[in-house]
Amino acid sequence: MSYNKPLPRPDTLSQPFWSAAREGKLLLQHCPACGDTRFPPGPVCPKCLAGDQTWIESSGKGTLESWIDMHRAYWDGFKDDLPYRVCLVRLEEGPVVVSNLMDKTDNLRMGAPVRVVFDAVTEDVTLPKFTLV
Amino acid sequence: MFDLNELKDKIAVIGVGNTKYGNFPEIDDYGLAAHAFRNAVNDCGIDKNKIDGLLVSRIPYYARMGEVLGINPRWTITLPGHGRMSGMGIIEAATAIAAGQCDYAALLYANIGRSRRVNYGGDESPGTWDPWGFTSPGAAHAMAFRRHMEMYGTTTRQLAEVSVSIRYHACLNPDAVMRNPITIEDHESARFITAPLRLLDYCLINDGAVCLILTSKERAKDFAKPPVLISGWGAQDTFSPSSIANFDMDFWYPAVSASGRQAYEMAGVTHEDVDALMCYDNFSPTVLFSLEGLGFCGRGESGAFVENGALSLGGRLPVNTDGGHLSNSYMQGWALNVEAVRQLRGECGARQIPDCEVVQYVQSTPCTRSIIYTRG
Repeated sequence: MSYNKPLPRPDTLSQPFWSAAREGKLLLQHCPACGDTRFPPGPVCPKCLAGDQTWIESSGKGTLESWIDMHRAYWDGFKDDLPYRVCLVRLEEGPVVVSNLMDKTDNLRMGAPVRVVFDAVTEDVTLPKFTLV
Repeated sequence: MFDLNELKDKIAVIGVGNTKYGNFPEIDDYGLAAHAFRNAVNDCGIDKNKIDGLLVSRIPYYARMGEVLGINPRWTITLPGHGRMSGMGIIEAATAIAAGQCDYAALLYANIGRSRRVNYGGDESPGTWDPWGFTSPGAAHAMAFRRHMEMYGTTTRQLAEVSVSIRYHACLNPDAVMRNPITIEDHESARFITAPLRLLDYCLINDGAVCLILTSKERAKDFAKPPVLISGWGAQDTFSPSSIANFDMDFWYPAVSASGRQAYEMAGVTHEDVDALMCYDNFSPTVLFSLEGLGFCGRGESGAFVENGALSLGGRLPVNTDGGHLSNSYMQGWALNVEAVRQLRGECGARQIPDCEVVQYVQSTPCTRSIIYTRG
């Protein structure tokens, strides 16, 4: 069955992130001038406005900041997954990202440690997701 | 140059108007806006050709709007259809009048989202997190409310109080879309949309339009209704994280606090003076965030604050006496500002707050604004 959920649209800025995800690496954009680290990437550093931004590899470790269960499918591709779980994770390096939590348990708490896992949803696209440690 | 605080009580709302609210596939944005405009013109008795300022929000083309209404202003501005534009638009119009850029400004908002089946999520509003299925303002507010539950022990039964009180007000408003009373149990048994949020935590999606007409306090004396004064306002934006749209890790607390402080200082009033709060209720948790940010209760204490009908007419702080976005009409803040005016004029019938003198509007959003209205 073909994958019918929305796929990322990599652009010049985000291409390195998606290429690395295919190789099982979680990248964060990083400012060599001031050390600010973020996702999604931007054209300049929002702290110091430096233009030359680079990437660092995240440890993939973080903590659960929040989570929800989507009971409505805004795309048909999610219909069979309802309800599916979306999480908010603060990575060890600082940035807060949205992703899916693989665990189905209701025994969750804010601050729970999580780590990244990689879900190769198509030949070209791997989505970083998270699981409880 | 002037200090903003000098604009206290200098600008007045002289006319308000709205359409019926519902599902109107036979009429477009311009048609709805024109009806709201005519109602506002009739409300104050102004010669519409005197209107020399035009602000439109969620209306496709300002010039077509001017053509439809037969006006050629000297000040025109277009704002996008985001709800947060209502507070921003009223403040922009007030400063434009104060600066002499126009004498009489008509502010128009129209929404045809119900009849055109707008979803507010999915491919309609592409975002960074679509591949993970994270979309819609409701999902973002659910994410925020889950944090509030975890951090402060707030419960969904407490959240239900918001929806129940606001629905009670809609039942007193003959023009409201949703007029059947609901209970906490109804809230708790409604279907989940984005758990922990349920159907009754969500605003309506309906068609309709709203118009406000503003002028200076001096000119305001010449019209049919007693003017309602814009006594103070405050503003603070929070643009990080905009990639997680409609979300803030801190529930916009710093921005709501700052906006409230500015508005109270400018208007020279305190919480104790506020007779009613018109609170942007796109989703019920926003009301809790607003109460904390403005300081009506301590941080994390909004769940306890709203219990036992505190937000209902006759309660501690009546909120959204027209039924708000949750139960009256999804006019994205505009209708709440109209309700503030009508309360201060004493036009609200069964839902009228006795001796209403000070009404505050607040929108806790990435562009947080608060406006304080008083009787002229």
